[in-house]
Amino acid sequence: MPGLALSWDIDFGDKTKWTLKLRQGVSFHDGCPWNADSELWNFKRVMDPKAPQFNFRHVGMIGYTTVNIVTVDKVDDYAVAIHTKTPNALFPYEMAMDYMISNCAVEKDNYNWDAYYKHPSGTGPYKFDKVVAHERLELVKNEKYWNPQPMPKHDRLVLLPMPEASTRAAALPSGQVDFVEAPSPDTHPRLKQSGMQIITVPYPHNWDYILRTDVPPFNDLRVRQAANFTINRQDMVDMLQGVAGAATQTFIDSQPWYGKPVAYDFKPDKAKALLKDAKCTPCKIKIGISTSGSGQMQPLPMNELVKEQLEAVGFQAELVPMDWNALIGVFFGGSQKTDFNRINFSMAPIDPVQGILKKWMTGYAPPNCCNWGAFKDPKMDDLGARVLVEFDPAKRNSLLTQLNELAVADAAEIYIVHDLNPRALSPKLSGFVQAQSWFQDLTPIVVKP
Amino acid sequence: MWLYAGRRILMTIPSLIGVSVICFALVKFAPGYPVQNLLSPTASAEDAMRLRAAYGLDKPVVWQYLIWIGRVRLGDLGMSISDKVPVAGEVFQALAHTIVIAVISVLLAPVLSLIFGVIGAYKAGTFADRLVTAVAVFGISVPPFWLAVVLVILFSVNLGWLPATGMGPNGSDTFSYIRWSDLKYAVMPIFAQALPPLGIMTRTTRPSMSESLNQDFILTLRAKGLGELQVIRHAVVNIMPQAMAMLGLQLGYLIGGSVLVETVFTWPGTGYLLNKAVLTRDIPLLQGTILVLAGVFVLINLVVDLLQSRVDPRLQRG
Repeated sequence: MPGLALSWDIDFGDKTKWTLKLRQGVSFHDGCPWNADSELWNFKRVMDPKAPQFNFRHVGMIGYTTVNIVTVDKVDDYAVAIHTKTPNALFPYEMAMDYMISNCAVEKDNYNWDAYYKHPSGTGPYKFDKVVAHERLELVKNEKYWNPQPMPKHDRLVLLPMPEASTRAAALPSGQVDFVEAPSPDTHPRLKQSGMQIITVPYPHNWDYILRTDVPPFNDLRVRQAANFTINRQDMVDMLQGVAGAATQTFIDSQPWYGKPVAYDFKPDKAKALLKDAKCTPCKIKIGISTSGSGQMQPLPMNELVKEQLEAVGFQAELVPMDWNALIGVFFGGSQKTDFNRINFSMAPIDPVQGILKKWMTGYAPPNCCNWGAFKDPKMDDLGARVLVEFDPAKRNSLLTQLNELAVADAAEIYIVHDLNPRALSPKLSGFVQAQSWFQDLTPIVVKP
Repeated sequence: MWLYAGRRILMTIPSLIGVSVICFALVKFAPGYPVQNLLSPTASAEDAMRLRAAYGLDKPVVWQYLIWIGRVRLGDLGMSISDKVPVAGEVFQALAHTIVIAVISVLLAPVLSLIFGVIGAYKAGTFADRLVTAVAVFGISVPPFWLAVVLVILFSVNLGWLPATGMGPNGSDTFSYIRWSDLKYAVMPIFAQALPPLGIMTRTTRPSMSESLNQDFILTLRAKGLGELQVIRHAVVNIMPQAMAMLGLQLGYLIGGSVLVETVFTWPGTGYLLNKAVLTRDIPLLQGTILVLAGVFVLINLVVDLLQSRVDPRLQRG
């Protein structure tokens, strides 16, 4: 549940109406009070092109969270009513990444965004202090944070971008930084040896392949299953020195939609038989991959290993590497605009909207996002439609679980591994609890002097 | 002299126009979409379209070029898409950061390479000569980014003498050349940057010196009774035009900033900026950076040519 709202209530008489009760006594970092007026102002920022605060860039970043909204009305100073286009039981998930900024700060700068970017103001536990473009962002503790629970246990948080993994791995033991993201697995032994802590956790971060299912060979279920039976996931985990977990489906077992789907274990003989059955020998496929990129782990050696495993059973795989931005372009463009049979595009299925519905429902097929491969199964469309009007959480989760099980039975993707999100911490740090998500709370970290 | 200089300066104009066309077109035809990084992974096609229109990326390419070059003429390189600040400011700031290490590297490399070249040629065949050759071969063959990583492991992790990354303890905006606590951040980048030009230049100065020392005028100088230091001075003056041409080229490369070395050290110079612009497909930033770097390269070559012709007036006849 987001912190700025106390409750999200559906009106059972009119299932397109949600009432949000807002928390009182909260203010933005600049002292501006948080209330229904600031909420409305923030919605207009991405929904109303006539409003002075309307911002294209913000629409690009968070506009997708509001596409199903018709109107937002003020009920009183601490309550708003949101009307959606159609009944949508997953609406709170859609809204989770709609961020609020201080209306007073933007108004004070006369809607000059360049001026605002020099002192951004939100409501969170950290306040902006300083930025040096490309080099550092410095945040300080927000002493007036409304929730004392996650009050930062340190005074200042300095974020330094370091694109090179070996530099990150060196900066930590040299004492220049206390915490590094994603140290590459080959540096872990050295880091541990110098007393650093390596922390990992299973979290829903699929490193997988999305398939184009409207043309051969992946329009044939047998070929999709064969590709899944081909994968020796333990080999991959070993190659990554244990910083990944074998994945036989989209979710991890702590998520409510995990279910009990069929499992594609490593069965190369079965894969060979299925390919022969589908008359796809050699089964030629073209795969778009990236050379690096957000959440892509170590794409080059990992894709090489998958190619080797595929070719051992009768696939003939051509890997086409490109930079991450180009692959994002391929993803957005939809499969019909390319000649790739599949792409290696990792995602974080933290909620059922992006983890299930957008992946498999035909309404999200190109030119819409994100059913890249134009996957089509009428049973899944039907289940998806039922999910959207099911406001009972338990029943809804049961439908979503069925959807997930169906997707796995359809071998809708080739499942490889889940990342374990390795982080390396200096022995001076304590209190860090790793989130099962890309959204990490850093406030509990205590730094020993 | 003035005629030569005028002709040489005029010749830079077509070079610059050519450079502008190439850098605009190269970037334009590379795969990937510039506004992608501003969009969330689930943003709609209309959102993308609106954003493209806002940045003028929906217009025909030739039109986009003419608009761009028209603005460039006035010193406006456009706005960076991902940082939303003027490109000119970003590029010149990065250039200033790269110059910090390029200038020191460029002062180190020719001076040392001349000394090495003279030692090698003068003491041909001795241990000193072999040592000079070894330094040159090392400089040419060792990839600077590998050397950079090794330097970091040795001097930051194992010895703890130098910081591994960044430009100063508080970022580049408070960096000072005269404070050791800041300057020590530049030591490893300078060393990694200076080594390849040092190797290349030593490889050139050593045989040039050797050739120069074997010429008849050297014999004449010795016959006149000149001391060996004076003889060497004459020989060095003779290889200067060649060394200067080399120096100009190397300075050009260094000002361009090494993408790899600057990325390893997170040194916020032109190489690091280029890397970031490529990865985020920030087209205005990429075009602006390449254009400024190419312009600096052309300018350095011009200055070197003019200086060369001062040192060796025979060149003006060409």
